Amino acid sequence: MSRLSPRGRPAGSGQRQRGPGRDRDRDVPLPLLVPALAAVAFLVLPLLALLVRAPWRRMPALLLDARVLDALLLSLWTATLAAAASLVLGVPLAWLLARTSFPGRGLVRALVTVPLVLPPVVGGIALLLVLGRTGLVGRWLEQWWGFSLPFTTAGVVVAETFVAMPFLVLAVEGALRGADRRNEEVAATLGASPWLAFRRVTLAIVAPGVLAGLVLAWARALGEFGATITFAGNLPGTTQTMPLAIYLRRSSDPDAALVLSLLLLAVSLTVLAGLRGRWAVGQR
Amino acid sequence: MTLPAMPTLPTLPTLPTLPTRHKVARRGAVAAAVALALAGCLSDGGTAPRASSAGTERLSGDVTVLAAASLTEAFEVIAAQFEAAHPGVSVRLSFAASSTLAAQILAGVPADVFAAADAATMRQVTQAGAAATEPRVFARNALVIAVPAGNPAGLEGLADLADESLTLAVCAVEVPCGAAAQRAFALAGIDPRPDTYEEDVKATLGKVALGEVDAGLVYRSDAQAAAGAVEAIPLPAVAQTYNDYPITVLAQAPHPSAAYAFVARVRSPAGLRVLTDAGFRPP
Repeated sequence: MSRLSPRGRPAGSGQRQRGPGRDRDRDVPLPLLVPALAAVAFLVLPLLALLVRAPWRRMPALLLDARVLDALLLSLWTATLAAAASLVLGVPLAWLLARTSFPGRGLVRALVTVPLVLPPVVGGIALLLVLGRTGLVGRWLEQWWGFSLPFTTAGVVVAETFVAMPFLVLAVEGALRGADRRNEEVAATLGASPWLAFRRVTLAIVAPGVLAGLVLAWARALGEFGATITFAGNLPGTTQTMPLAIYLRRSSDPDAALVLSLLLLAVSLTVLAGLRGRWAVGQR
Repeated sequence: MTLPAMPTLPTLPTLPTLPTRHKVARRGAVAAAVALALAGCLSDGGTAPRASSAGTERLSGDVTVLAAASLTEAFEVIAAQFEAAHPGVSVRLSFAASSTLAAQILAGVPADVFAAADAATMRQVTQAGAAATEPRVFARNALVIAVPAGNPAGLEGLADLADESLTLAVCAVEVPCGAAAQRAFALAGIDPRPDTYEEDVKATLGKVALGEVDAGLVYRSDAQAAAGAVEAIPLPAVAQTYNDYPITVLAQAPHPSAAYAFVARVRSPAGLRVLTDAGFRPP
């Protein structure tokens, strides 16, 4: 399995596995240590600032606020649906990009990862132009089924999937490229159809990569803001996810915005830490 | 063996981009013609203790102006005229919801001038001691119903907005245009169910212009700025509310002289002409 991570183990896995002690005994070169510590401070201090400035006394009342719970629940399940949609569509796409060659594959790969670098607001506008009521595709949805995505919870899921799926595609494609294709070839010589080989061999090998991609996509969807507010609008209970609630409260009630931020942070950390522990155990 | 298979991520995840309409425009060259309109504009700087000297003193530097989103078109013209009159000055405009800008000011943004879309938002700034002068009202704006060109839903007036099947956009209540919309609904005695609460008036206008909603409540000036894409239906007299637009120089202004001169320019007859041309009313 170790060839799946050619660039070494991610941080944290060492302690968890009581890993090779010689890594820790080695001297860390100063030119690496200093910037690394600066990076830790840079990334962690803003989170600490949230904790320090949080209005702890108002916390219980704010956490029990029905609107806050609405936004949190909406965030959790739209992010989960978006991650699921990314999985269903993204794994086949990643397989196509990693295992087949067709003209323009490089272009397709570049295009499907554009949402990674696109400002999410631009993504939201683009989605409106396609799936909006007057959009290229949306007008037919409206005409044939009287169905329109903007301002609906489904629209939130669409916006989140748009920005989250590339994370999964890249993670899974990377895993597929790192996996040894001989396993699949052996499966084929033993009479497995390509579809069976994909399910029973390929998928089993890249499962950790799929999980990593799934978690990344879920986390990205949970924090999604720009595409959501642009495409799906902002209506409490229907399209107002936590990031939107935080954004709109920060001017009228900065304390509440802080509490909501902490809540979102706590929930995502809990889920990420929980999942990571679980699949680490599964891999042992 | 944990978290494998991320080696090909080619880029960092993008940071969520704030959708505030932060158009920070550095004004460059300007038509010479507007300079002709400037004569005497500096003589009536009511709030500007230092502006009296501005006529003789040569102003220079960048003036950073934080202005309500609804002021976008009018302030771009006024800023161009101001720069034409003061070649040493460049005006940097930042447009967003007034409440967003107020929060930035309270957080210490280095800006010179704040123009808000209602008095309540300006009060947040003055009460925190962040204004250098008593704010002055320089314009008023009326709320209208904006509908996509051709009025596809066939709306006739405010009362129609109570129809549940209608798709309606209003500004978030935290934002001045949202507060004004709620006032109008209360005055008219209707209880519409908006489909979205947008973060500023230009976002609301955008949803209407794209045809994504059947109607949106925006300012008259915004509907005028998007004429062609949207049509405006006036509110009935009983529900008509006006927003006062106050302006002030900020206490932390890095360039106070130019800031006072800019405020004077906005409040001058020439400035008022630009504002009324854009659909605002005189104070």
